[in-house]
Amino acid sequence: INHIIHNGGLYKRPFNEAFEETPMLVAVLTYVGYGVLTLFGYLRDFMRQWKIEKCQNATEREEQKDFVPLYQDFENFYNRNLYMRIRDSWNRPICSVPGAKVDMMERVSHDYNWTFTYTGRVIKDIINMGSYNYLGFAQKTGPCQEAAAKVLSQYGAGVCSTRQEMGNLDKHEELEKLVARFLGVESAMAYGMGFATNSMNIPALVGKGCLILSDELNHASLVLGARLSGATIRIFKHNNMQSLEKLLKDAIVHGQPRTRRPWKKILILVEGIYSMEGSIVRLPEVIALKKKYKSYLYLDEAHSIGALGPSGRGVVDYFGLNPEDVDVMMGTFTKSFGAAGGYIGGKKELIDYLRTYSHSAAYATSMSPPVVEQIITSVKCIMGEDGTTIGEARVQQLAENTRYFRRRLKEMGFIIYGNEDSPVVPLMLYMPAKIGAFGREMLKRNIGVVVVGFPATPIIESRARFCLSAAHTKEMLDTALKEINEVGDLLQLKYSRRRLVPLLDRPFDETTYEETED
Amino acid sequence: MDVKNTPRYLYWLFCQFELITCSYLMEPWEKVLFYSFNLAMLGLLLYTTYVCVAFQASSAFQLLCSFLGNPREDALPVLK
Repeated sequence: INHIIHNGGLYKRPFNEAFEETPMLVAVLTYVGYGVLTLFGYLRDFMRQWKIEKCQNATEREEQKDFVPLYQDFENFYNRNLYMRIRDSWNRPICSVPGAKVDMMERVSHDYNWTFTYTGRVIKDIINMGSYNYLGFAQKTGPCQEAAAKVLSQYGAGVCSTRQEMGNLDKHEELEKLVARFLGVESAMAYGMGFATNSMNIPALVGKGCLILSDELNHASLVLGARLSGATIRIFKHNNMQSLEKLLKDAIVHGQPRTRRPWKKILILVEGIYSMEGSIVRLPEVIALKKKYKSYLYLDEAHSIGALGPSGRGVVDYFGLNPEDVDVMMGTFTKSFGAAGGYIGGKKELIDYLRTYSHSAAYATSMSPPVVEQIITSVKCIMGEDGTTIGEARVQQLAENTRYFRRRLKEMGFIIYGNEDSPVVPLMLYMPAKIGAFGREMLKRNIGVVVVGFPATPIIESRARFCLSAAHTKEMLDTALKEINEVGDLLQLKYSRRRLVPLLDRPFDETTYEETED
Repeated sequence: MDVKNTPRYLYWLFCQFELITCSYLMEPWEKVLFYSFNLAMLGLLLYTTYVCVAFQASSAFQLLCSFLGNPREDALPVLK
């Protein structure tokens, strides 16, 4: 499997991605669980309407009961009756820097999650498997913090203006030149918020008469930006290059729907790492398609910048491709750089155009100077320009942690989605009660995880998502794995029917045959 | 069969039942309602099975007896 070259030699390294199918029994039982909860939801709604039970959620006023109902759709039903029961796994307040270990404030609920009270105790040193801290730059000591503190005393915290008015600091110029050098593009521009980067800049790039080809599982910011732009949107199946090629062919052959004129622009929207699946985009094939059909590529590297690639420069570096092939490289500073904000990199004409026409540049406040300094220091650290090898060591540590963690979880028998090299590890839970149970049991064992349920994932495919970090030591990962194993046995989460034989550390040779046993 | 572990195993099985049917998430009065409904259904199922199976078993046994034991005159019309 590992040594077959696919797709005419576009890939220089093996691309191992797997999404194991949901076992039929588990799917049926998940529906049973949702069915029971739905029936009880109807019962509780009935009781609330007939005043047998006190109504604690938002409803219309008495005078407005005859108007068009506001809270009758499925989202609100789900919210009242299912989400409220397991709500204590989310919005947990933390009270320290979200590094490899974090402190959390303890809270209890006496009325089944409708209200929470703090006991006053702080749970210390919870192993943090949920923060997007891929390279471990979320620290309160170290060179980044010192530089940021110095800049804070020099510039203050607020900028009080937008980039186009009085908010363009020399720090911003320095950051943008550095980011452009880091990515290998001509020019870059930084924005204060990653979500706003996507949603405010896609409308500036495309408009009516253009076509957007967007992946099925794109992030809400990309979807919002695409819808705001007014262009025609067509969806291709997740990471499926045949589907994308078919859409491109149809677009070129048939043109716009009514007038049959050629499309003004065709923009392909993909992400580097999809955070709910842990899959990596098939970038060599996308670039080959883009060149063949003469369209543009917008790559959102929110989770992959800093986390993939031998030198941490993202998914382009991971596949060994030329950064100039990607027309618009977007990313965020939130995940691997320990700061906040987003950037867009590309050709100089593109970035100069965005400086003038982007909503985010014209109306959003510029980035705060200490945050800018944190990014500058962390990018220099990753590139190795601060004179140390800390950055390189962290990138290597993250890759090792990823491989080790994923391999151990697969050996234990859990269903793990995604690519072998992605630091985002989704572990499938499926049943709604197990979502709440997993979050609570892991917190009891001092490990903080993020569990994800319905609106973010399909209704039966709920999961727990681990985000690995270069700051996790092997002992922390071993502790976490031991606890996950225990909780997996307790809650019966080991659904995988394909037991992989543990990988031997030798190259593939002709004497071994199948590496999986069914 | 370990005597110490059987109650623990049964408790673990009960926990799995709770997780699958989501009664782990219910408030106590909802649990009472759900379990009593389930037990009522189970009781009804067992009773129906008992009555049905008992009836079929007794009539099958009678037929068998009439073959092996003394053939009775009033059994012949049943066969024809």
